[in-house]
Amino acid sequence: MSTEKHHISSYMSHGTVLTILLTLTAISVAMAEFHLGALSVAVALLVASIKGTTVLTYFMHLKYESMFTRIMVAAVFVVYVLVIVLLFFDYSFR
Amino acid sequence: MWIFIFTELFLFGGLFLVYAVFRSQYSADFHKAAEETNTFIGTLNTIVLLISSMTVAMSITAIQSNQKGRAIRLLLVTLLLAAVFMVNKYFEWGHKFELKLYPGSAVLANLPKGELLFFGLYFMMTGLHALHVLVGMILLTVTIFRIKSGHIHTGNFSMIENSGLYWHLVDLIWIFLFPMMYLIT
Repeated sequence: MSTEKHHISSYMSHGTVLTILLTLTAISVAMAEFHLGALSVAVALLVASIKGTTVLTYFMHLKYESMFTRIMVAAVFVVYVLVIVLLFFDYSFR
Repeated sequence: MWIFIFTELFLFGGLFLVYAVFRSQYSADFHKAAEETNTFIGTLNTIVLLISSMTVAMSITAIQSNQKGRAIRLLLVTLLLAAVFMVNKYFEWGHKFELKLYPGSAVLANLPKGELLFFGLYFMMTGLHALHVLVGMILLTVTIFRIKSGHIHTGNFSMIENSGLYWHLVDLIWIFLFPMMYLIT
């Protein structure tokens, strides 16, 4: 791993990523105050997904990993979403 | 390392599924119980973990640019933030225990079924996450010592990279736990 050429992220870019993450946190906390009802779950999960993707892409430097690793990570999330969909199909038709 | 991260995602993923199913079955009870959790401490801990994730990422930059002292200092800041997270968690759980809300308590057993399930999941998931924080702290401590002893340097930084990945995983899980336990009511 460390024999390969590595992308070195600047301190500045880490700071920018943190600012984005903190802003998104502020947005999701503020949205929770509005009591959007059923929509609040969707909004909270959407913001969490954006934050999660940001952490994976920049902090976990997926952006600079090999295509193979990136496809593997994407596949894991696709499988997980499928599991959720199938599970709720099962529950809603019982 | 990524394979290990996948297994961790499915470990927590399974618990997220349990949460999703019970949330849809007992939405009123979950709504009531979720109002009990302390959004302020939850938000504070989110900020603490996000900053700690940044300091770990920065320490990798420091190692790659041959700044050993700075890398160690950044990891020490991360450890400090992790400790802050655990202290907050202590007060948060401590308050729940004062209200006699803990697994197996009589108060909890008399709550409606959905609320009981919420608190069960709350303690299980935040507890399992806190355990990961502790493991991450141990990993980061070992990493600091190995930087000091010269085992980790510009030419060989797999270990700091992998403990960094583990630490970001802890952050990633919290990103999803936070709205589920503290925000959505």
